[in-house]
Amino acid sequence: MHNTDIRGYFKYPLLILSMIFIFVGLLRQEHLVVLKKAVNICLECIGVG
Amino acid sequence: MGKSEKKRTLIQILAAVVCNGYAAGFLQGKIYQGDQKFLCVPGLNCYSCPGALGACPIGALQAVLGDRRYKFTYYVFGVLLFFSVVLGRLVCGFLCPFGLVQDLLHKIPLPKWELPRKIDRPLRYLKYVILAVTVVLLPLTLTNAFGIAPPYFCEYLCPVGALEGGIPLVSQSESLRQMIGGLFYWKMFLLVLVVIASLVIYRPFCKYLCPLGAFYGLFQRVGFYQMEVDRAKCDGCGRCEKTCPMQVDVRKNINGAECIRCGRCKDVCHTSAISSGFRLGPGKAEPKGSMAKEKNIV
Ligand code: SF4
Ligand code: SF4
Repeated sequence: MHNTDIRGYFKYPLLILSMIFIFVGLLRQEHLVVLKKAVNICLECIGVG
Repeated sequence: MGKSEKKRTLIQILAAVVCNGYAAGFLQGKIYQGDQKFLCVPGLNCYSCPGALGACPIGALQAVLGDRRYKFTYYVFGVLLFFSVVLGRLVCGFLCPFGLVQDLLHKIPLPKWELPRKIDRPLRYLKYVILAVTVVLLPLTLTNAFGIAPPYFCEYLCPVGALEGGIPLVSQSESLRQMIGGLFYWKMFLLVLVVIASLVIYRPFCKYLCPLGAFYGLFQRVGFYQMEVDRAKCDGCGRCEKTCPMQVDVRKNINGAECIRCGRCKDVCHTSAISSGFRLGPGKAEPKGSMAKEKNIV
């Protein structure tokens, strides 16, 4: 018999937390900032900005 | 190349193609502009790559933190946490296009080299410093007169933007070519450095520099994907550690932050002591009186 590791259960609260974060972020319209950045050529990224 | 290594390479190629599937972008020297591009891909993949269909999570993080309206980003941290908990550094082993690039470079038959442990181990922490300073702290604090910060990591350190975005876009656009200056040469220099290093050292960017790999490593021990070494089957031969390209202490720390889940250790284990997979319940605890001690592992 093996002992069970309590840390093995941390993943569920973390998974739920990640989904809540994504939901809150969408409500705060943070994804629109990402979209705006992603659909325009990022001059800094390609090294000319 | 073993059968599972071939399978891994195929999955890596497939992932890179799916993330960068906008073929018209490469042909016309422009980038994809679809409405769903706010969705982050799991790997480090520049959104200014002509083929990119999604956003780079590290670029996205800097974009929101550098925007004067936000001091924190729930959306991007949520996405990063989600990938970390569900996949961890399985992303690095299988899904990240820049991981694939480094893997392919390392397959070129040249003498191979590992940094001495004394240098290698402390240097592994550099990626956490890069994550904290250039991806989080600087975009939050070093802003211009309008309260906006540039993406410091992307601008000064990321070789992926130079490779995936810089080269294809600049080579096809006269107006971009006219904007080339010191920064472009700096980024090309960094890219060449990483490429040369990757020929002789396995994944130098992933080991020492990548802020995304650093983040994914943080939650590896508690994530769904776990690897286990069965102490009853292990005979202490040490082949796993000799094979591991990331120099993980396989028998002591297989779920630590540095393992990219490539599976090479599992392949070479002649007693089939190593297993891996998604675990819905808790993993097995390492019993007291460690395996290392019992089987003479240093
Ligand atoms: S460490 Fe970074 S570059 Fe390397 S595979 Fe992981 S996400 Fe990609
Ligand atoms: S510990 Fe195993 S799976 Fe992890 S990086 Fe090393 S060889 Fe690959």
